[in-house]
Amino acid sequence: MTAETQPLIKIESVYKSYDMGAEIVHALRGINLTITRGEYVAIMGPSGSGKSTLMNILGCLDTPTSGSFILNGKQVSEMDDNELADIRNQEIGFVFQTFNLLPRSTSLRNVELPMIYAGIDAEERRQIAKQALISVGLGERINHKPNELSGGQCQRVAIARALVNNPSILLADEPTGNLDTPTGDEIMLLFDKLHASGRNTIILVTHEEDIAQRARRIVRIRDGLIASDESNIPK
Amino acid sequence: MKLHQEISQSFFISLDAIYANKMRAVLTTLGIIIGVVTVSLMNMAIDGVSNSFIRSISVLGSDTLYIEKNGWLDFQLEWWKRRGRRDITLRQSRKFMELMGNQFLISPYVSHQICTVEYNSEKISGVFMEGAIAESAVINNFEFSQGRFYDNNEVEGERPVCILGNDTVEALFKHESPIGKRVKINGINYEVIGTLKERGTFMGFSMDNVIYLPITRMLNDFARHPNVGISVQIKDLTQVDELTEEIRGAMRRVRQIPPGEPDDFAINKQEVLLNTFNRVSGVIASVGLFITALSLFVGGIGVMNIMFVSVSERTKEIGLRKAIGARRRTILLQFLSESILICLIGGCIGILIACSLSPIVNHYIPASISIKTILFALVIAAFVGVISGYIPAWKAASMNPVDALRKE
Repeated sequence: MTAETQPLIKIESVYKSYDMGAEIVHALRGINLTITRGEYVAIMGPSGSGKSTLMNILGCLDTPTSGSFILNGKQVSEMDDNELADIRNQEIGFVFQTFNLLPRSTSLRNVELPMIYAGIDAEERRQIAKQALISVGLGERINHKPNELSGGQCQRVAIARALVNNPSILLADEPTGNLDTPTGDEIMLLFDKLHASGRNTIILVTHEEDIAQRARRIVRIRDGLIASDESNIPK
Repeated sequence: MKLHQEISQSFFISLDAIYANKMRAVLTTLGIIIGVVTVSLMNMAIDGVSNSFIRSISVLGSDTLYIEKNGWLDFQLEWWKRRGRRDITLRQSRKFMELMGNQFLISPYVSHQICTVEYNSEKISGVFMEGAIAESAVINNFEFSQGRFYDNNEVEGERPVCILGNDTVEALFKHESPIGKRVKINGINYEVIGTLKERGTFMGFSMDNVIYLPITRMLNDFARHPNVGISVQIKDLTQVDELTEEIRGAMRRVRQIPPGEPDDFAINKQEVLLNTFNRVSGVIASVGLFITALSLFVGGIGVMNIMFVSVSERTKEIGLRKAIGARRRTILLQFLSESILICLIGGCIGILIACSLSPIVNHYIPASISIKTILFALVIAAFVGVISGYIPAWKAASMNPVDALRKE
């Protein structure tokens, strides 16, 4: 299989259980999922469905109890702490509901952060970060700190930060959850644009139906299993 | 990320974190500050005292033995054992010199009689008078600014000649050369034949406020029943123990001590003073070290506490950093460098305080803060930083990113 036809993400019979002391909670009970490069997938499900657990595994923040997860040709399920940290740095761009920017650092410093951990030198880092901020429409705000920015602007900084290391996946967890509807729409337009460029694979984790409808494929999770997996044409 | 990049990044992150909580950081370092102030002042005091002590006892010469009635440190001995001792007489010292022959430089001496010296209308009192023979100039390493020491013909002839110490010269002869002039010592005329260069102080006494006479003349004029001491210069220091025994044997013969009886004289060495001094400064150092260790321990616990607070305040930040690729070691270094930096700030403040206190200490003992002391204090502060920061930093480094991100 060549890199083009090989799936970017291949999850096979993944189980995840948590030992809660009194009982063992089975959050995922045998998930199979394949995502190819360039897809725009929404993962939906009510709370307690295992949606967050799946997102943590997709984001290499956690490893499955059993089953295999191959990301970009690499077997993630067997990795140790440091290897996971490296693969998160190289392959995953996180966008969180609460932005998670460093409050005392400027937009530029925030966007530089993943490149610091990647060991890119200062001058190059600064150039790439500046470019990334310009591309999300914040070229004028590179020296502002998060408390001087609106919610939408903070989320744009977070998206710029997620993209600077050219990750395989852009993993967004309720990216509009803390934003009002018009601002949320702007952010979703930005995702549409990123998808249209064809370079990014986007995975959107949400419980909002109209947000999920922006994606080209919707995977619904219920009780630790995939309930449905269908393609979607945005309205 | 390479280690040196991690270290420099950690440094900037910690600097920023400390700057955000300036007041807290400074208050936290209080224990460290006290510890560093104690350790530097103590170091300073010990250095100062031992420098001045060693400088002054070096006058005694490590190669010279002083035979005297009492030992320098005999205050430990019961008083009745000392009280019965006979003085050493000039005759005994002569007999001792005969017994020893020419193998050593030997000089009897009588010292520390206070006298008044006059020249024309100038008069000074409180001058120390010391009598000896010609060899004494060599044993004491005298250096002359003018003239010479008396020779042994002058000693045998009980000539009224004298050598002046530097202070005496400056007090009496402001505008003329003292050589050949007549001074009055306690009313008796003496001719000045030499003057000494400045010699400094010995254990608080000026060695320049002195006047040297031939011992014979001094006994005649001022001290009918003197207590004589004998200085013996040993050339070969490797044999000092055997030679001391030989000297002791000769002295027992001179003093006619029957076998089995204890000595009624003492052979004093510079070394004995040094040993005692080292014991005393050892006690000072251990008390100081105890105070230092205690305050650094308390300070270290304070820093550890604040580091736990810092880690738990920034749980979410730690989660984010891990999510975007910070390794365990990166987080560990970040917090470790924060605690080291806090302690180093405390160390610097402590050193500044110690520096500003040093003139006060200097008032009592000659003391100054050396680079060695500063480096020592900083190394100790950094060490406390590592010790007290390690557990909190480890806690931060081993956080699970999922849980850390979820924390509000």
